[in-house]
Amino acid sequence: MAAISRDDVAHLAKLARVEMTPDELDHMATELDQILGAVKRVQEVATADIAPTSHPLSMSNVFRDDVVKPSLTNEEALSGAPAKAEDRFKVPQILGEE
Amino acid sequence: MTLDYKGATEKYEPTLGLEVHVELNTNSKMFCSCATEFGAEPNTQTCPVCLGLPGALPVVNGKAIESTILIGLALNCSIAPYSRFARKNYFYPDMPKNFQTSQYDEPICVDGYLDVEIETDEGPKVFRVDIERVHMEEDTGKSLHVGGSTGRIHGAEYSLLDYNRAGIPLVEIVTRIIPGTGKYAPQVARAYVTQLRDILRSLGVSDVKMEQGSLRCDANVSLAPIGSGLLGTRSETKNVNSLRSVERALTGEIERQANRLEAGERIIQETRHFLEESGLTRPGRSKEQAEDYRYFPEPDLVPVTPDAKWIEELRAKLPENPADRRKRLQKEWNVPDSEMNSLINAELVDVVEETIKLGAEPTRARTWWLGEISRLANEKEVAPTSLITTAFVAEIIALITSGDLTDKLARQVVEGVVNGEGSPKQVIEKRGLKVVSDDSALMVAIEAAIAAQPDTAERIRGGNIPAAGALIGAVMKATGGQADAAKVRELLLKHLGQG
Ligand SMILES: [Zn+2]
Repeated sequence: MAAISRDDVAHLAKLARVEMTPDELDHMATELDQILGAVKRVQEVATADIAPTSHPLSMSNVFRDDVVKPSLTNEEALSGAPAKAEDRFKVPQILGEE
Repeated sequence: MTLDYKGATEKYEPTLGLEVHVELNTNSKMFCSCATEFGAEPNTQTCPVCLGLPGALPVVNGKAIESTILIGLALNCSIAPYSRFARKNYFYPDMPKNFQTSQYDEPICVDGYLDVEIETDEGPKVFRVDIERVHMEEDTGKSLHVGGSTGRIHGAEYSLLDYNRAGIPLVEIVTRIIPGTGKYAPQVARAYVTQLRDILRSLGVSDVKMEQGSLRCDANVSLAPIGSGLLGTRSETKNVNSLRSVERALTGEIERQANRLEAGERIIQETRHFLEESGLTRPGRSKEQAEDYRYFPEPDLVPVTPDAKWIEELRAKLPENPADRRKRLQKEWNVPDSEMNSLINAELVDVVEETIKLGAEPTRARTWWLGEISRLANEKEVAPTSLITTAFVAEIIALITSGDLTDKLARQVVEGVVNGEGSPKQVIEKRGLKVVSDDSALMVAIEAAIAAQPDTAERIRGGNIPAAGALIGAVMKATGGQADAAKVRELLLKHLGQG
């Protein structure tokens, strides 16, 4: 059985607001399933004495001092925005959400 | 038949759960060095990290971790020896990265509690509120919904985003469910948020201004028939922006749920919004399932592993618990519960303590803050503390104690300081407010009063001491209130052979 279904892909696409055609969904479901299958092989070598890790380096407590540094200007911040108004990023209306 | 609150809580048992979000008062943001100042021009406190631009790398603000550990310790939590950040993925324009850096199953602090005391029909009662977790995350940007008939989001044509707030360190404090509060659920919730706010303020980690959103409360409540042992479906009320609203929102929500249940309808698990004007709640977006957030460990950040030495250093810094401090001060000042409660409700405990520390006589310090200064503040609809400094109040009280000002003159000095006429010294100078203590000047006024009321003077000579009041009043009037009444009395009685 596939690890990821076509419905899973459709659900994820919806959450990520990515529009996908039925063909693309089929294609992506197959492809993601293959990727998951490949990654799954790692589990074959991972044994109980190896702790799961989220970072390649065994580091912790990397902190910076609480010091303010200059930010971007308003113009710089908005320079890549597709639309802007009143010094703010302008985005389409969001329906059915708060 | 509609159930009122009393009817609702006679039939149903509420179970509470509270989530409080606190913006920390660090200088810089959680994962970048942008400023966090409130009220800056839109989008002037952003950078590639907090705008989520490709390739930007976050670095944790050490001060924010320290503040979070302090909060955990103050709430009797265990500090996790190992905790991680996680990405909470969701698509909404208030977070430009399309995920919020938060913590999932490995929060920094776990398993604490806070004891809160409320007034019940049977007298004061303590409820223990268990804290499940205290975790770190970042605040979101601010949206402004434009257009549409109501200006509400459903009718909005577009939204405008300001990301100055995005990335400000946010601490979320989550309680376990709080059973057994019965009809006192709203009061317990309010007392909990109040006490939490006081603790956070005493730790100095946040501005804790509910009206500015640096302290926000989400209140969960569910109902089950009393004695059923069941747990009902809960709703979560957001947008609760004052302590009073915490209580009102829960009261309204308990009533609403009870009446739905009475009508045979089921409670929907949903997020509701509190409406300040009516005290009611209205439905918001339906709750997304936890797995929809697709949490996973944040690969750009390394774990936080505070060692015992660091934790103990922070524990040693913890200030006195505000509730204990109040009990101690009440004992020191020897004031009844009613006066202490007035001071607490008016948020005057700190300034009174400070005024006393500056040398003011304790009773006068309390009376002036609670009395004249509060009265002026009420008139102006501002906080008493915004009118006058503790140093000025202490200075004025010292002048009363030394006899240089009468209470009446002191009121004029306070009024002058509040109206921006300068320091107490300057006001006294400008307005010529000085007790007439020159005996010869007083004697002139005393003799004039005797001449005007010879009969009264005769009665005093004959031993009718209470009659002196009329003459003292006349002298006070003649000196425009600038004489010390006790001094006038002393001189008058002496002059009439009764001293
Ligand atoms: Zn930034």
